This record gives sequence, structure tokens and C-alpha cells, in this order.
Amino acid sequence: MSPVHYVSLSVILFVIGAVGVLVRRNAIVIFMCIELMLNACNLAFVAFARMQGNLDGQVIAFFVMVVAAAEVVVGLAILMAIYRARRSASVDDANLLKY
Amino acid sequence: MTHVLASGTNTDEVARESIFWILCVASIGAALAMILVRRAVHCALMLAVVMLCLATMYAMQGAPFLAFVQIIVYTGAVLMLFLFVIMLIGISSADSVVETIKGQRMAAGLVAIGFFVILILGVGHAALGPAPPATAANGTNNLSGLATLIFTTYVFPFEVTGALLITAALGAMVLAHRERTTPRPTQRQLAARRLESGHMAPDPSPGVYALHDAADRPALLPDGTTSDLSVSTVLAPRGVTQEPPSVPAGKEQDAIAAESGREPAPSGRADA
Repeated sequence: MSPVHYVSLSVILFVIGAVGVLVRRNAIVIFMCIELMLNACNLAFVAFARMQGNLDGQVIAFFVMVVAAAEVVVGLAILMAIYRARRSASVDDANLLKY
Repeated sequence: MTHVLASGTNTDEVARESIFWILCVASIGAALAMILVRRAVHCALMLAVVMLCLATMYAMQGAPFLAFVQIIVYTGAVLMLFLFVIMLIGISSADSVVETIKGQRMAAGLVAIGFFVILILGVGHAALGPAPPATAANGTNNLSGLATLIFTTYVFPFEVTGALLITAALGAMVLAHRERTTPRPTQRQLAARRLESGHMAPDPSPGVYALHDAADRPALLPDGTTSDLSVSTVLAPRGVTQEPPSVPAGKEQDAIAAESGREPAPSGRADA
């Protein structure tokens, strides 16, 4: 398979993830869609690494995974704090700072 | 597996192509299902499917290390963390289908289509050549090659990553920690509270019917009524408890009675 296929698949997955972020109201689901977008980026990185014949893209994908793991930890802790205060995981209910 | 997938003979090419298209359909379908299903826990399961498909694709593209990291870190750790939080803040919390901003879905769809077209045009214009034949860096030397890169060229980002992870762990601890605003009740206060409540014994355990021995069955009291105290309070709003009115009248009760060898109880037992 040529890298074009993989990059196209990663584009499709990224767009699906972006749609999920835009339309879903549950904060956890939004978070999962962000993870989907990060995974799509990783797929493109790995495809580019294969195309270039070196491992730099794989290293970048590895760093993306590490950053995603850190982001999930902090993000879920924030979600827990919001849920404790508002008793809801919906992004519509966290509106105290809304003008 | 990775050697088979990354080596480049002709028969492998057919196999790889068919595996790619199967995984392609599976991952896109799971991703679509992810944004369409309403329950967060189903969404997490769909995300697991996507991640496993991508892990297989990494293996096919000569990245066995990333494939296993994807399975262990993403599917294993990150997704389990998601599931933990879903269980903590309510597994039954389904998304509402009400559009809070008018025309939001339409706008999101338009933005997505535009974004997709731009990205696909970019990919189409980019000079994406065919993949060169797999080298040792895609096979047995993948791990050592990655290690060499991480500890030479990318050693500074790698150090920064360590700082990031420690900061994230500290941040999560600070955010998830809750200060106790009221003093902890002593054992004497707890005993007094229990006496005041007039309900001193522990709650009855869930029902042990002749046919069902499950946590969603309320216990039968000696007079034949059921005890609401015996079922977890989170089960009732979900509508999964087997309350007597929801049981087909007579049928199941008769079966229970027949099995336990006693008379079928009359249905209006609450006042008996």
C-alpha cells in the first residue's frame, strides 16, 4: 500500500474526530474525539516515516503518544473536578464564566 | 507478525492490501459509530476498535515498536483511564440530542466538509511517492534505531517529556484532590446518627429468588412485599430493577412458587 492511502485514511479519521468535537456535548466524548484526532496524526507520521525511509516520524509519533497520555491525565482530572462541582459532564453546564 | 507484514514479496502485497482495506473499513466505521452512539461507554469501546486497527497498521508500516506502544499505552492505559472516569461520573450519562446552539450540527457538517476537501487537496498535491522497500529499520532494528534517535538527536525533547509527565502527574493529583470542608465524623457521632435514623441494622441484601439471584432483584420480605432498601439506588433510575409490577403478572411468580413448592402469592401483596 502506498503512503497516500494511509495519509488519506488519517485525514478521514481526523475529520471524523473534528466533527465529534464540534457536535457532541458530553465532555468525555469530546475528549475521546480529540484522542481520535491525535491517533490520526500519528498514522500520518508513521506513513511519512515509511515514505522517507527513516525513523524520525516514528519518534515524533512516540512523542505525540507521550503528550497525549499526559493530556488525558490532566484533562480527566479537570473533568472530575467539574463533575464534582456541577454534577454533570455536559459542556453546556460549565457556564459560570459565560458572559 | 511484523516481519511477515513488513517484508516485500508479491504474495505479501496482496495480503497487505486486503488487510489494509479491512482495517480501513473497520476503523472508519468505528470512528463514525463513535460520534453517533449516545452513550459514553459505547464511544470508548468504539475508540478501542479504532486504536487496535491503527496499531495493526503501524505494524504493517514497519513500526512494530509503535504498534505495541499503541496497544499497551493507548488501548491499555489511556482507554482504561477513560473507562474509569466514565464509571465514576455515571455510566448511564447519555448525551442529550437537543441542539443547544441553533444550526450547530449543520455548521459543523459544513466546516467538516470544507476541512476535508482542503486536507484531501493538500494530500493530493503533495508529492507522496511510493514507499521504498522495507529496511532493517522497519524490522529487527526498529527498536534500536528508535532508541538511538531518542537518545541522540531527540534527547532534549525526551528530557522535556519527563518534566511534562511529572507536571501532569502533579497536576492531576492537585485537581483530583478534595479538601475536607467538614471535620470527619467520629465513631460516636456515626453511632448517634444511626440511632436517630431509626434504621439500625444494615440494609438487606438483594433478592434471592428461586429463579434469580442477582443484584437487581429486590429482596422479598416475610410478608411477600419487596424491600426497596435491598437494591442499589442507582439501579432504579436506569429501570433495570425487577420490580413486581414489571414482572409479567403471575407467570414468573407462579414459576418461582412452583419451584420453591409453595402457593403462588396473590399479586396485591403490598397491603397484606
